[in-house]
Amino acid sequence: MEKRVTFSRWSIGILFAVPQLILIFTFFYWPAGQAVYWSLTLQQPWGGGNIWVGLDNFRSILSNADYWNSITASLTFAAISTGLAMLIALVIATLTDRQLAGSRLYRVVLIWPYGIAAPALAMAFRFILAPEAGFMAVVNQVWPGFWDPGLDGTDAMASIIVAFSWKYVGYNFIFFLAALQAIPRSLIEAAAMDGSGVIRRFWDIQFPLITPTIFFLLVINITESFQDSFGIVDIMTSGGPANATNLMVYKIYSDGFKGLDYSGAAAQSIILMLLIIVLTIFQFRFIERRVHYR
Amino acid sequence: MVERTPILNFLTHVILFLGFVFCVAPFVIVVIAASHNLKDVNDVPMSLLPGSDFWINIKTAWTTADLGPKLLNSFIMAAGVAAGKVIISALTAFSIVYFRYPGRMLIFWLVFITLMLPLEVRIVPTYAVVANVLSPYQTILDLTGLSWLIEKISGVQVSLSLGLLNSYTGLILPLIATATGTFLYRQFFLTVPDELTEAARMDGAGAVRFFIDILLPLSRNNMAALGTIMFLWAWNQYLWPLLITTDQSHATAVTELKQLIPNVGGIPEWNIAMAGTLIVMLPPLVVVVVMQRWFVRGLIATEK
Repeated sequence: MEKRVTFSRWSIGILFAVPQLILIFTFFYWPAGQAVYWSLTLQQPWGGGNIWVGLDNFRSILSNADYWNSITASLTFAAISTGLAMLIALVIATLTDRQLAGSRLYRVVLIWPYGIAAPALAMAFRFILAPEAGFMAVVNQVWPGFWDPGLDGTDAMASIIVAFSWKYVGYNFIFFLAALQAIPRSLIEAAAMDGSGVIRRFWDIQFPLITPTIFFLLVINITESFQDSFGIVDIMTSGGPANATNLMVYKIYSDGFKGLDYSGAAAQSIILMLLIIVLTIFQFRFIERRVHYR
Repeated sequence: MVERTPILNFLTHVILFLGFVFCVAPFVIVVIAASHNLKDVNDVPMSLLPGSDFWINIKTAWTTADLGPKLLNSFIMAAGVAAGKVIISALTAFSIVYFRYPGRMLIFWLVFITLMLPLEVRIVPTYAVVANVLSPYQTILDLTGLSWLIEKISGVQVSLSLGLLNSYTGLILPLIATATGTFLYRQFFLTVPDELTEAARMDGAGAVRFFIDILLPLSRNNMAALGTIMFLWAWNQYLWPLLITTDQSHATAVTELKQLIPNVGGIPEWNIAMAGTLIVMLPPLVVVVVMQRWFVRGLIATEK
């Protein structure tokens, strides 16, 4: 869509865009380019600039078992937490959409967790899921040694998944509810007149009509699980135990800023960038054509 | 509701109530744990009746993590990002929508691409840029031979350097450099009737006058929504402030939270930790509750 009436003074128009352009050049394009440069070079230990090493950085990361472990952990985390957060949100949103008494309350309350900073909610869950105090301690009293995220990698992964899902259920809920409420009431009523039950109506009418939202949320949840997980991991597990929760962004941070391996961290950033770009393109190209729009 | 379904209605209420509990329980537990004393908070199972030490714990957490100045820092950062976003996005969207200069589509795409890569992903090089924000320009001058030329002519060696580590500018600017708000404004500007522009032009208003006197007042709703979303987003930033505020005086409340984690083998002061968590999570929660309408609207509009 284009404007029919516009202003003719080009210079003013360009001036309006300049602040944004300077900002994104300095803090977006330059760093992104720098990351590419660093990933292809190696910093000399005693100064003297970077030397060109081609794809060696990528080769050394991709042959590193720790890195593959980090990718596996990230993908596991992304798959399970996205699945959980979306499924719970979809069930709650569909039920809220039935508009029984009290559904307004859920609309107000369910979004609260999304406003909370990841580290703050991670702190809360660290206490709730702590093995010696809080609530999992009760379980540990019945079955000693059943739960210890400090020692058991699976428990640690479960903890960060719970914390992340808790935050994103509310977010997904808002989008699902908006999508469900955009479906004309008359469609549902017509189907009911024809004798279809609640579940049949869900699968044949509501679900197909909200597929765009489902795919949109799928991509958003996966990308957020890559980035918003940092605070949760840092507070709850610090990547441990034994790298079980060393997700990709956390590994970039610890390699780059604690290990001071800029080249390695930059190469990892590039791989993560490519992953996210592929996801985004996938969303724009593939999904937009596949899903059902009204 | 279309038909009578008493059993399903009952089930609906049960499931929704469970969802409600799932959602609210962590908040309640944080508040209750923050009100216990050291012994009670470590009881297994912890008593769900509030204890009496709430204010003492809040005070201890406040002083231990030095939350007063940290909250102020968080507030300055969040307000700065929100204000910067609201202003800069409006300017850019106006330029993209209301002008027909060559290269307009290039600018559109340059801005659009920034949506793809979040700050967390390009964190290492962004940190290097902020350490000396003029380094990109220095490199360009060096590569194009301009700095050599300037040195030859004037005898001045060009070395641009401006470090933004441990400063509010360094905290705020990189967080503004994305396109989120620009498209929100763009969508809105496209719905503003052309007749309005025509009328303004006929009355002799130029681009700037039209923007300030007509377009901006019309987009007040957008500004509220975008401002709310950006305030919360900036308040909740963690990795970026953690990196660039090596000096305590610029640390934000969210990054300070880490100070309160009880050490393994140390005193398990969970009551203090929970009190600190409560203080840090309260401001965004208040914003969400008070600005709910704008928040939800901004959430749906910025992403779509």
